[in-house]
Amino acid sequence: MSAPGASDSAHPETWPLWEVFVRSSRGLSHVHVGSLHAPDETMAVRNARDLYTRRSEGVSIWVVPSEAITASDPDAKGAFFESPAGKNYRHATYYTASEGVKHL
Amino acid sequence: MTTATEQEGRARFDELIDSDSRVEPRDWMPDDYRRSLIRQMSQHAHSEIIGMQPEANWITRAPSLKRKAILMAKVQDEAGHGLYLYSATQTLGITRDEMTEQLITGRARYSSIFNYPTLSWADMGAIGWLVDGAAICNQVPLCRASYAPYGRAMVRICKEESFHQRQGFEILLQLMRGTPAQQRMAQDAVDRWYWPSLMMFGPPDDDSPNSARSMEWKIKRFSNDELRQRFVGTLVPQAEALGVSLPDPELRWNEQNGSYDLGPIDWTEFQEVLAGRGPCNAQRLQRRRDAHEDGLWVREAAAAYAAKQAARVPEGTAA
Amino acid sequence: MTDDARNDSPDHGHVELTAVTLADEFVAEGGTATADTAEYALWLGDDSLVLAQRLGEWISRAPELEEDVALANIALDLLGHARSFLRYAGTASDRTEDDLAYWRDEHEFRSAHLVEQPNGDFAHTIVRQFAVSHYLYEIYERLRASADPVLSAIAGKAVKEVDYHRDHADQWMLRLALGTDESRRRLTTALDDLWPWVAELFVDEPVNDRLLDIAPRPSTLRPAFEAGIAAVLRECELEVPNGLTGAGGGRRGRHSEHLGPLLAELQVLARQHPGATW
Repeated sequence: MSAPGASDSAHPETWPLWEVFVRSSRGLSHVHVGSLHAPDETMAVRNARDLYTRRSEGVSIWVVPSEAITASDPDAKGAFFESPAGKNYRHATYYTASEGVKHL
Repeated sequence: MTTATEQEGRARFDELIDSDSRVEPRDWMPDDYRRSLIRQMSQHAHSEIIGMQPEANWITRAPSLKRKAILMAKVQDEAGHGLYLYSATQTLGITRDEMTEQLITGRARYSSIFNYPTLSWADMGAIGWLVDGAAICNQVPLCRASYAPYGRAMVRICKEESFHQRQGFEILLQLMRGTPAQQRMAQDAVDRWYWPSLMMFGPPDDDSPNSARSMEWKIKRFSNDELRQRFVGTLVPQAEALGVSLPDPELRWNEQNGSYDLGPIDWTEFQEVLAGRGPCNAQRLQRRRDAHEDGLWVREAAAAYAAKQAARVPEGTAA
Repeated sequence: MTDDARNDSPDHGHVELTAVTLADEFVAEGGTATADTAEYALWLGDDSLVLAQRLGEWISRAPELEEDVALANIALDLLGHARSFLRYAGTASDRTEDDLAYWRDEHEFRSAHLVEQPNGDFAHTIVRQFAVSHYLYEIYERLRASADPVLSAIAGKAVKEVDYHRDHADQWMLRLALGTDESRRRLTTALDDLWPWVAELFVDEPVNDRLLDIAPRPSTLRPAFEAGIAAVLRECELEVPNGLTGAGGGRRGRHSEHLGPLLAELQVLARQHPGATW
């Protein structure tokens, strides 16, 4: 099962599950806040607004069918995620010669 | 006979638990941990949903427009909390429909506190102060539950819940500063809701088989008796501020233990309510079942419309 | 809730609350309404109050939990509008929003018959929302330009919320009309039952002659209302119902048989304790 929610052919739900992502007015990216049931994407985004943004203004909402989400497999940690070890050159702090030079 | 992956999985799981880390939905977990979580989380969700009913009872009769708005918002929050928890539980492999089915057929439990009737407006105050207060005591530690989706849902819930307790306290404060009839109303509500709210922490530690295992798995962080004690400790000064008395003649401060001694709790009442023979058990389930069954044609209509719309859009074209 | 809260913290029952700047609860404080403006504000306040009361009855009974949340949101928006209008109306007679809501008798209310109708099934509730939300949208759109600054301010905020209610109703009209045979049948029944009460919304009263640049004349709202309704009904593949028309009279204090029991429930507790504060 690669999807976050649960739904299989033995128990098809009347309304499918959607994952909700919200970016607050002060935020830079959408954050997963939870899920809800809705018959289609139009109702999903409206339900998400009612359920997850009652206390905030001017937010951006994304809804995605749960089954559309592919999650990385934590069992494959070793191979799947590149090891940062030995690749310090990817980090700015590696470069010390330019310390003290403005705007770098 | 366990496979190599199972052994690896279990080793990693034990490590996560021991180091107080979080278990995510895709991590390996023992079957009984999964089942236990499904039971606890879905029960929690059901409690929020059923818990809407005793308070919804007073929305149409709220004695001021401000109180009406506050009560509506509170009950709406409870629906939302149930929804957050159903979502989190679904990550463990059970559907909302299955959970609803379990609830309305009486196979799932929910907090028995909601099987008591709300007989006066002051009950809105008592529920906010005592019931939500007890719930907060139980819930804040859950923000650090080992199962991450549960912990995350709880953080969101706890932030919203703090308004619930305050509004309840303020309802009672206003009543106690009011007419003699209002004061009597407030004291009567406290008398009826106090002991049931203490029972929310569950049976005494010795009689609680699920607790020990939940604590090992760091789903549950404190024992029932511990939480009950601490809760009463917070209530005593608040009761003084309100000017209400707590209906426990044996309640007194124990200097030696640094905590309060409580009078005996009537656990037979608890057992009766748990067994379905409380004042409102049948009514609460019926209302939930009616809403679900009456709403079937609506849910089916929306699903049918969605299916027809989807069939109209040819594959590969932008919607 | 800070991430590093420890198990053994003595404050384990304590939750950090993020500091929030609370917006003003009511818009445009400080104005005093004239008698005529107050009368008009009662129409709007009572429509929203009665409808909010009706929607409140759906809480814990909605067809799906997400819809329970949605209906409660709409009810809360409407209750907010009601409070603003009633508060303003009360300034003309030194009465509070609660004085007006709980201590007026039936004949003093100014709600239209349509909002007083019982919830019925979900189809009836949606049809009522459909008609009322489109109607309120047309009012508030124009009321924003009112010469009365308080009405203008209230409308400025309310129009956005009512626009959302209108969208919610439109979405459900489509789904019930084009979903299943059963939903379509229930919807057409609801349209037949409720449409007779629509005409009353567009009847001009004498006070409208005196409120020229303060409030839009009800009859002037009809064309835009009908265009909006027709567009949705077309998509629903339904005709605008053409049956009986209810006599109405709500703006003159003559109400449907439904208002009495509704007010009895709304007012009972407050009236049991005259002079009490809650």
